[in-house]
Amino acid sequence: MADVIALTYDISPDDFTRAGEASSDVKSKLKQVGVSPAAIRKVAIAMYEGEINMVIHAEGGKITVEISPEQIRMILADKGPGIPNVEQAMQAGWSTAPDEVRSLGFGAGMGLPNMKKYTDEMNIETTLGVGTTITMVVKL
Amino acid sequence: MDKFYHSVRLESALCKGCINCIKRCPTQAIRVRDGKAQINGKFCIDCGECIRICPHHAKIATYDKLEVMRQYEYTVALPAPSLYSQFNNLEDVNIVLNALKLMGFDDVVEVSGAAEIVSEATRQYISAHQDQIPIISTACSSVVRLIRVRFPNLIPHLLPLNPPVEVAAGMAVKKALRESGLPREKIGIFFISPCPSKVTYVKAPLGTEKSEVDHVLAIKEVYPQLLSHMKAVGEDPEEIHISGKIGISWGRSGGEASGLFSENYLAADGIENVIRVLEDLEDEKFDNLQFVELNACNGGCVGGVLTVENPYVAEVKLKRLRKYMPVARSHMEESTKEFVPWTTKVEFEPVFRLGDNVMESFSRLERVERLCRRLPGLDCGSCGAPTCKALAEDIVRGEASERDCVYYLRDNLHKLSQEVAVLAEDLAERESENGDKGRLNALKEYIQMISDEMAVLDSKVKDENVKAEDE
Repeated sequence: MADVIALTYDISPDDFTRAGEASSDVKSKLKQVGVSPAAIRKVAIAMYEGEINMVIHAEGGKITVEISPEQIRMILADKGPGIPNVEQAMQAGWSTAPDEVRSLGFGAGMGLPNMKKYTDEMNIETTLGVGTTITMVVKL
Repeated sequence: MDKFYHSVRLESALCKGCINCIKRCPTQAIRVRDGKAQINGKFCIDCGECIRICPHHAKIATYDKLEVMRQYEYTVALPAPSLYSQFNNLEDVNIVLNALKLMGFDDVVEVSGAAEIVSEATRQYISAHQDQIPIISTACSSVVRLIRVRFPNLIPHLLPLNPPVEVAAGMAVKKALRESGLPREKIGIFFISPCPSKVTYVKAPLGTEKSEVDHVLAIKEVYPQLLSHMKAVGEDPEEIHISGKIGISWGRSGGEASGLFSENYLAADGIENVIRVLEDLEDEKFDNLQFVELNACNGGCVGGVLTVENPYVAEVKLKRLRKYMPVARSHMEESTKEFVPWTTKVEFEPVFRLGDNVMESFSRLERVERLCRRLPGLDCGSCGAPTCKALAEDIVRGEASERDCVYYLRDNLHKLSQEVAVLAEDLAERESENGDKGRLNALKEYIQMISDEMAVLDSKVKDENVKAEDE
C-alpha cells in the first residue's frame, strides 16, 4: 500500500484573525519535506483560498491534507449554509463576502476560480442547509 | 525629557530664507527672521512637510547612524511594516528579516507583529468603550502632537494604547534580557523608521514615561546595506516573519482600520486632510463613526520622508506581499498585555493662546483684528510670517513689528516724500514772511522730524546690509 501522510486541521469560526494559518502550516511542512516549489505554490494558494472561504462563509470546518508520492489531496469539509448556485459562485468577480473584510483584500470573487486554476482536479459537493465539501488534487 | 523636543531641524548654512517652508507648515510654526528660517518648537509637530518642500535641502531630520550599533553587546532590530514595501521583486518578508541579521543584529522583532496585537487590543477597547466613539488612532505621533496643541476637545477620544513600535520594543527587551542574560544597558533596541516623527516620539513619548526604543535608524540609510545583504540570503531563509495581512497593512493608510473588521471607520492621510477631518470631528459632524485612522503622511507610513520608494508604488508592493498571508499571525498573550496600554495621559498644551488669561487673550485678539485691517492682507511672506494674520499675532506677542511689513515701509516712504514736499512749500512761505531766521527754524524742525523717521527705517535696512557684507 502506498504511503499516505495525512494532516488534519480544525478551522475555527471564532477567531477570524487565525484564518490562513492552516495553509501557512501546510506550506512550511511541504517545504521541509522537499516537495517541488511549483507544487507547493499551487497547494498553498488553493488551500488558502478554500480555508478563507470556510471562515468567511461557512463558519469553519475541517481540512484534511493527504500527501502521497504521486499527489497531494486536500479535502475541505464544512457544515455551512451550502452554495445555492455553484456555476454562479465559480464566476470570476462574484462574491458574497461581507463588507468588513473587504479592506483586508478579501471579496474580489476570485477564490473558487483560483482554486480550480491551481489544481489538477477539483470537485464540489454541496447541500443547502447541510454543508459543502470541496476536494482538490495537485499532482506531483 | 523635553516635551517639546524636535527631530526636524534646520541646516542653517543651506537656508536661503526663501518662504517655501513657512507657507507649507500646517501649524504655521516657521518664521524667516534675519534671513534664516526658525522653527517655533511649541508649534512644530514634526510632520516633515518642511523637509519635503525645501528646495535647498536645508530642512533635515535627525536620526541615529548605524555605527551606534557598536555601542551595544546585543542588538535587536524593529523593522517598520513600511520597510517591506521598499524592495523590487520581494516575495518573502523573511529575506528582509534574515538580511537584518546578516547586517549584525542579534534578533529581529517585527513591528507588524506588535501591530496585530495592538489591533486586537483596539477591537476589544472599542467594543468596551462605545461612549467614547469615534475613537481616534494614536499610532501617528505627529497627529497626537497636533491634537495636543490644537484640538483639546478631541483628547478624550484618543485611543490610549501604545503604538506598535513601543509594544514591539517592550517585547524585544523582555526577550533580549532572557536570551542574552545581559543587563539592560548592554542591549540596544533599534527602530528602523520611515519618518522623523517617530524619532521625536522616542525622545519625547506620549502616553508613556520613557520609550524602550534606544535608537531610531532611517529606512533610507539602512537601505543600501540591507539590499546587499538580502542578495546573500540563501534559498531557505529562517522563518522569522510573525505577522500576517493585518500587520503588513499597517504600513499604508487604511491598514490600521482594516484590522478592526468594521465598516464604520474613516481613514485620512496627508496633514492637510488630517486637519480638515479633525476640525469636522470637533464640530461633531460625523454620525456613528467607530474609529478614525489619521496619518500625517500621504499614503500612510509608506509616504514618510525617510523612505526610498514612491508611496503609491510601495502600497502596491504591500498588497502583493500580503495577498496569501494569514489574516494575522501574532496574537495577544499574557506576556504581551503589559506593553499595550498607555501609562500616562496626554494633556492639552495651549501654545496657541494669545495671553495668560481670557481677558488678556481677548484684548490681544482685538489688537490682532485691528492690525489685520491695517496690514495689506496679501500673505506675501516677505515679513517672514506665513500670513498677515500670523504677523499680526507675532506683533501682539511682542515678537515682531509692523515695520517688518514691506508694504508698511513702502507706505511710510510715500508719506515721507509727501512731507518733504510740504517742507519745501513751507520753507518758501516762511522765507517770504520772516527772512533768514524763520527759514532756519523751520528747516531745523522739519529736518529733525524726517531724520527721526528715516533713522528708524534705515536701521532695519542697515542690519540686513551688514549681514550680507559679513557673509
